[in-house]
Amino acid sequence: MTELFFELLGYSFFSNALLASLFTSINCGIIGTYIVSRRLVFISGGITHASFGGIGIGYFAGFNPIASAAVFAVLSALGIEFLSKKADVREDSLIGIFWSFGMALGIIFVFITPGYAPNLMGYLFGSLLTVTHTDIVMMIALTAIVSGFFIVFYKVILFISFDQEYAITHNAPVQIINYLLISLVAVTIVLSIKVAGIILVISLLTIPQTIANLFTRDYKKIMIYSSLIAFFGTIAGLMLSYNYNIPSGASIIMSLVLAFIIAKLFSILVSGIRVKRQLYLQNKNYQL
Amino acid sequence: MGKILEIKDLSAGYNEEIILKDINIVVNENDFIGIIGPNGGGKTTLLKVILGLIRPYRGSVSFTNGSLKRPSNMIGYLPQINQTDSKFPISVVDVVLSGLMSKEGMFSRYSGKQKKHAENLLDRLGIYHLRKKTIGELSGGQLQRVYLCRAIVSSPQLLMLDEPNTFVDTRFETDFFEILKDLNNEMAIIVVSHDVGTICWYVKTIACVNRNLHYHPSNIITQEQLASYNCPIQIITHGDIPHTVLETHRH
Repeated sequence: MTELFFELLGYSFFSNALLASLFTSINCGIIGTYIVSRRLVFISGGITHASFGGIGIGYFAGFNPIASAAVFAVLSALGIEFLSKKADVREDSLIGIFWSFGMALGIIFVFITPGYAPNLMGYLFGSLLTVTHTDIVMMIALTAIVSGFFIVFYKVILFISFDQEYAITHNAPVQIINYLLISLVAVTIVLSIKVAGIILVISLLTIPQTIANLFTRDYKKIMIYSSLIAFFGTIAGLMLSYNYNIPSGASIIMSLVLAFIIAKLFSILVSGIRVKRQLYLQNKNYQL
Repeated sequence: MGKILEIKDLSAGYNEEIILKDINIVVNENDFIGIIGPNGGGKTTLLKVILGLIRPYRGSVSFTNGSLKRPSNMIGYLPQINQTDSKFPISVVDVVLSGLMSKEGMFSRYSGKQKKHAENLLDRLGIYHLRKKTIGELSGGQLQRVYLCRAIVSSPQLLMLDEPNTFVDTRFETDFFEILKDLNNEMAIIVVSHDVGTICWYVKTIACVNRNLHYHPSNIITQEQLASYNCPIQIITHGDIPHTVLETHRH
C-alpha cells in the first residue's frame, strides 16, 4: 500500500487529489463541527442539493459550474435563514422547498443545454482525480477564510451557537454572525463537491465530527480531530478507489463509515472497562 | 434608591396576539420582585420584552438614565433550562464566561482575573469541581447553578430568573433562594415562578401578571387580593415554615 502511495505521488492528478483532500478536510472539519453542534445537518443537506441548480445554470450559460453553484448555494442558505425567521414558514419545510427547487432547476438547465453534459456524474458523486489547479486555489482560499474567521470570532461563534437568546440579551451581533456562518457553510459544501459529490458531501461534514465527538467533548478539539479524521478517511478512500477501481466519492464514505463503526465499538469497549474498573475499586475499598 | 428600569404603557405579544396590555412598572435598585400569574398570562413574555428578545407593540422600556437602549451586561438572565441544547460541546467554565460576552469585547481572550472570578462564583455555588465537565454531564440542578453563575458573572444591576425552581429538589431550592437573597444586596432581582408559596417567602414585592400587571408592594398577599388583581392562582401555604406569609387558603 505504501509503495503504491509513493508510486502514485509521481502523478500530478494524484498530488492534486491529495492537496484537495487536505484542504477540504480542514474546511469540512471546522464547518462540520459548527453544523453538527448546532444541529444544522438538515439545512446543510438542503443547501447541498439546492446548489445543483447553480451547476445547471453554469452549464447552460457557460460559466464555471462550481462558481455558479457557490453563488446559488449562498443565496439558498441566506434565503432559508431569512425566510424561516421573517416569513413565518417552518424552517424544515423551507429546506424541503429549496432542496427540491434547486435540484429541479438544475435538471431543467442541464436538459435544455444543447449537447451532452460531460462529467455531470462527477458533480453528483464526486471525482477527486479530476480536481483542477483552480479548484485547489479556491479550496486554499476558503481554508484561509474559514480558519481565520473561526480564530478571530471563536468565542462569539461558540456562545452564539450555544445559546442565541442569551447572546441577544448581551447585544451580540447574532444575526450577522449567523448569516456569515451559513454562507461559509454553503461555500464549504460547494467547494467539497469535487471530493465527495452532491449526494455524498454531507458525510464529510458529519461522520468525522461524530467520530471525534466519541473521544472529546471540547469544541476546539472536535474541529482539529475531525479535520484529521476526514483527511485520513479521504486518503484511505482514494487508495481503495484506485486499488479496486471504484468511484472515489463512494469509497471515501465507505472508509469513513468503517472508521466510525470501529471507533464506536472501541469507545463502548473502553467505557465498559472503565465502569468495571470503578466497580472493582469500590468493591476493594469496601472490603478494606 | 435609583431607578434602574421603567416600563411605560407597554403592550406586547407574539404573532399579532396581544398578550400583555398596558403594563407599567418601575424597578429600583435592590428590589426583589416575584412575578406570579397563571400559565399563558404573559410572565415569560414580560421577561423577554425587558431582555429585548421581543419588541413591544406599544409603550417603552427604559433603563437607568432614561435611555431606551439596553446597556449590554446590565441584565443577568437565567432562562428555563430546557431551552438550551444539553448535548452542545461546551464546558462549564466556558458557559459561565459567556456571561461576560459583551463587557470585555467580542474578540479578546479572557484575562486570568476573569477566569478566577468565574471559578470563585462556581465555588460559591458549590460546583467548582464540575468546572471542566461538559454541560451534558450535569444534572438539572447543577446546570441551573451553572446558568446562575453565567447570569451574575458580569455583576449585573438586574438579575432575572425564569422558573428557577422547576428542576431543583427541595433542599437545593432553599439554598438557591438563600443565594438569591444574598445576591439581592448587590443587585435587583426579578423572579418568575409558578410556586407562589416559595417565592413569596423570599421576595420583597409581588407583581401579578395576567395580561395586565398588578403591582403589590409587599410580599404578603391574600387570596382575596389575588382575586381582585384578576390573578386566578391558588396559594399553597407551607405549614412547616415558621411564620407563613400567606393567609390560609379556604375551599
